[in-house]
Amino acid sequence: MEMYLKAFLIGGLICAVGQVLIDYTGLTPARILVSFVVAGVALGALGLYQPLIDFAGAGATVPLTGFGALLAKGTVEAIREDGMLGILSGGLSAAGAGIGAAVVFGFLTALIFKPGDKM
Amino acid sequence: MAQKKITQQAYQEMTKQASPPTRSYLTIPTAFAVGGLICVLGQALLGIYQSMGLEKDAAGTAVSVTLVFLSALFTGLKLYDKLAKYAGAGTLVPITGFANAMVSPALEFKSEGLVLGLGAKLFTIAGPVIVYGVSAAALYGVIAYLFGLY
Repeated sequence: MEMYLKAFLIGGLICAVGQVLIDYTGLTPARILVSFVVAGVALGALGLYQPLIDFAGAGATVPLTGFGALLAKGTVEAIREDGMLGILSGGLSAAGAGIGAAVVFGFLTALIFKPGDKM
Repeated sequence: MAQKKITQQAYQEMTKQASPPTRSYLTIPTAFAVGGLICVLGQALLGIYQSMGLEKDAAGTAVSVTLVFLSALFTGLKLYDKLAKYAGAGTLVPITGFANAMVSPALEFKSEGLVLGLGAKLFTIAGPVIVYGVSAAALYGVIAYLFGLY
């Protein structure tokens, strides 16, 4: 139960930061997403994001900063295992299932549903 | 209405409409609540997958895949964008927002063909996110490799 509360608070807080950026800087959604992923990579690289994941679980992994942190984590793990090649393969390997799911489910959804029809 | 043509611009316009600067006392708490709830859903799924015997990393991946699936489905049903109108960053920042940003333009530009319409538009927003995310991770990888920080 406590984990749910932590996930809610931290996840909510990360989204609230995004909303502040939208409201006060006029950053477009695309730029917000890019910024959050890059921020996640940076925080992951600095070792600051894993403690947040340990604390808040899905509250830290579900926002796109978690996706960025996963890219960073995958990169060092791949370097550990494969050496230099891991620099290039690590990020995408770690994020592979998520990206694959987004591509496949996105493709199927776009194929099956009609644009602009209201349900 | 904006729902008829959810291009990147229209999507931005919708988000803008949902979050005028003068009403931050509404938009920020709404984003907090909706974003928080999506994470709670993720936490619940995490618990379910772990109780099914998946280890932590695999369970986390399964959560992402499930949320992406749900987001694609609800985008197809035109429900996600309706929620996004009110929730702003609350529906944008979670991984469901990433999936929504892929499906929405792909669905909208389907009429321009399966290859350069649907196929290409899937990556309107996902493309930049992957480009900058992977490049940032590779940069970190170079630093980590050179300084032995792995």
